[in-house]
Amino acid sequence: MVRKKNKKTIRLISRTALLLILAAIIVYAITSKDKVKVLAEGDKAPDFELVDLEGNAHRLSDYKGQGVFLNFWGTWCPPCKKEMPYMEDVYKDFEAKGVHILTVNVGEPKVKVELFRDDMNLTFPMLWDKNKTVMDLYNIKPLPTTFLINPEGKITKVIKQGMTEQQIVEYLESIQPK
Amino acid sequence: MSKISCQCGHENPYGTELCEQCGRPLSKKAKESDIVDMRYEGASRRSQTYKSSIIDKIWNFFSSVKIGVGIIVAVLLASAIGTIFPQKFYVPATTDAEYAEYYERLYGVVGKFYFELGFYDMYNSWWFKVLIGMLATSIIIASIDRVVPLYKSLKKQRTRRHPSFMKRQRIYGEGAIENTAESFAKAEEELKKMRYNVKTENGAILAEKHRFSRWGPYVNHTGLIIFFVGVLLRGIPGFYVDEAMWIREGETRNIVGAPGYVLENKGFTLENYTKEEAEEVFGAALDKVGSIVKTYKTDVTLYKEKEGSLPGSDNLEKVEDYAIVVNKPLKFNGYNVFQMDYKLDELKTMTFHLVEKSSEASLGEFTVDLSNPEKEYDLGNGASVNMLGFYPDYDGIKDGEPYSKSPVPNNPAFIFQMNTPEKPTGEKSFVAIRQTLEVEQNDYAIKFAAAETRNISGLTIRKDKTLYILLLGGLVFMIGVIQGMYWQHRRIWIQEDADGHVLIAAHTNKNWFSLRKELDKLRQSTALPAYIDRQDPELDKPEQEGDEEIWT
Repeated sequence: MVRKKNKKTIRLISRTALLLILAAIIVYAITSKDKVKVLAEGDKAPDFELVDLEGNAHRLSDYKGQGVFLNFWGTWCPPCKKEMPYMEDVYKDFEAKGVHILTVNVGEPKVKVELFRDDMNLTFPMLWDKNKTVMDLYNIKPLPTTFLINPEGKITKVIKQGMTEQQIVEYLESIQPK
Repeated sequence: MSKISCQCGHENPYGTELCEQCGRPLSKKAKESDIVDMRYEGASRRSQTYKSSIIDKIWNFFSSVKIGVGIIVAVLLASAIGTIFPQKFYVPATTDAEYAEYYERLYGVVGKFYFELGFYDMYNSWWFKVLIGMLATSIIIASIDRVVPLYKSLKKQRTRRHPSFMKRQRIYGEGAIENTAESFAKAEEELKKMRYNVKTENGAILAEKHRFSRWGPYVNHTGLIIFFVGVLLRGIPGFYVDEAMWIREGETRNIVGAPGYVLENKGFTLENYTKEEAEEVFGAALDKVGSIVKTYKTDVTLYKEKEGSLPGSDNLEKVEDYAIVVNKPLKFNGYNVFQMDYKLDELKTMTFHLVEKSSEASLGEFTVDLSNPEKEYDLGNGASVNMLGFYPDYDGIKDGEPYSKSPVPNNPAFIFQMNTPEKPTGEKSFVAIRQTLEVEQNDYAIKFAAAETRNISGLTIRKDKTLYILLLGGLVFMIGVIQGMYWQHRRIWIQEDADGHVLIAAHTNKNWFSLRKELDKLRQSTALPAYIDRQDPELDKPEQEGDEEIWT
């Protein structure tokens, strides 16, 4: 009798295990939609190194312990253009509070970006992704796309649309070091 | 659930049809049948016997061949429906609303349902994945449930079977022969010649060959499962890349899908066959269609990020120069970059003259590289042109400013400031294709002189680490098919019963004709009773010699 009961338990356990494994595989197959890793909220923001229009190199890791507002943009994109002055307005204030606005132009001609900057009187650093490496790294599809990166280097939010000045301030405050 | 004791003393698991050792029919069904069902050797398939817990019920569901066939039919039907209208991938739309609109506009109400029910993106839909997952589950569980009992009972089978087992075989014969011992010795020898594995046990012979053929279906299913695993791995980042990108001549760009690699396009070449070189082969075709392409080629240089440098930095090292042509991809680190598409003649540079309007005299010319324009063009002799605005894809004035709808130089427009010795403070002019605007009347003008174009290469980036897994799956699948198809598991039982009668029975899982041929060959050299194939008695009877009275 003991042996029989034992056998029955083994059967139950092995069958349950196999069914659970198969169920887990199916669930995985359904939930994993993207073949490339798309960055999501909670992921670690991948490090990169880009030069700004003045030729100064910026590494994301340079800003460790501080918040980074990472904005991808293009000169031809109206919502990108619209939010630029808002960022300019608050950029200095937040710099002092330990939150940095980094904008990344998605590989347009450098002169075009410079003309845009001068035209709009922008003073924050404009990084220039001439080979579109960082754009691909962060999987940028629509413009503008903004990543909020907290002092721990984690992405807390991905915003795939234009923002109002009010929203920008709220977002910047959300990643301010305590 | 209790064991079933056979008269021979063997304890069989609950649900057994035929005793594992002696072959006596145990179930009512087996006892009543003329020819016993030999599938799975009459072993107890566990799925059919235990139905106690919910897990067992799920297990039994997937173990059923009927359910398995049902799932296959469902997958086939769904796949067929998925081919009626184009899948999402082939539809020129980006948002759900656009997709809905597309299907409804082109295919009416049916198209609307097609979209609503998710058939438009079927292979990524959850229910299709669930179906495939159920298919895999069914294959695994049904196989386990059958191969284990089959293996056990084939391993346990005894040489001497009970007469009731022998009598219920499809091929059976009995009769008296003269010198039994001698005949049995002869039979053993002959069977060995026919490559049978022969076992003897005082007055009983079991000859068996090609048992491995019984494992064919399970090997085949293992191949399928390996194949599924390969397909599943494609969904894990890093195993499978299938991306496309456009790269302009002169452009250096990160390779989509291949982090850490950068590609420079040194030039795209499109070559046609000339009438002279290809007269013999393509002469007629050339007359008919005008031109036939000889080469699509992209000359590239591959760069790699240096060890320890970050993405985006200029810290690159050259890997190689290569000419990508159709079917000769650039290969590196598991990636293949294929020549896939091209666009010809995008504007690359524009050359302008600075002219004095009154005299039409040129003060010099300058060339704007549209992918890398400069801020100032010095024409010498004191004249220069400053770039104040650049609109690569000019699309009219919006909010009082020129507006560029994309970064692609389809319709370039500029605001130039012309500085001349006569007008050192400069004059401004807006210059677009076939259009010049001036704020005030200018003395000088910018005149278009010439343009150069460049081509764009369309490349596809592929990486498939699962290919060898899929290949292995296919190979194992085929081995299983061959194993099960080209060999048959044959068994011949010969024994003398207590009364001195000789019984002969035989079984095969397929190709009964060949089994009978082997038996006939055996009977030519050995004195053995005549037999009959009870599913086709007429065929055999006349050919056999021996005592036939038992059949009449």
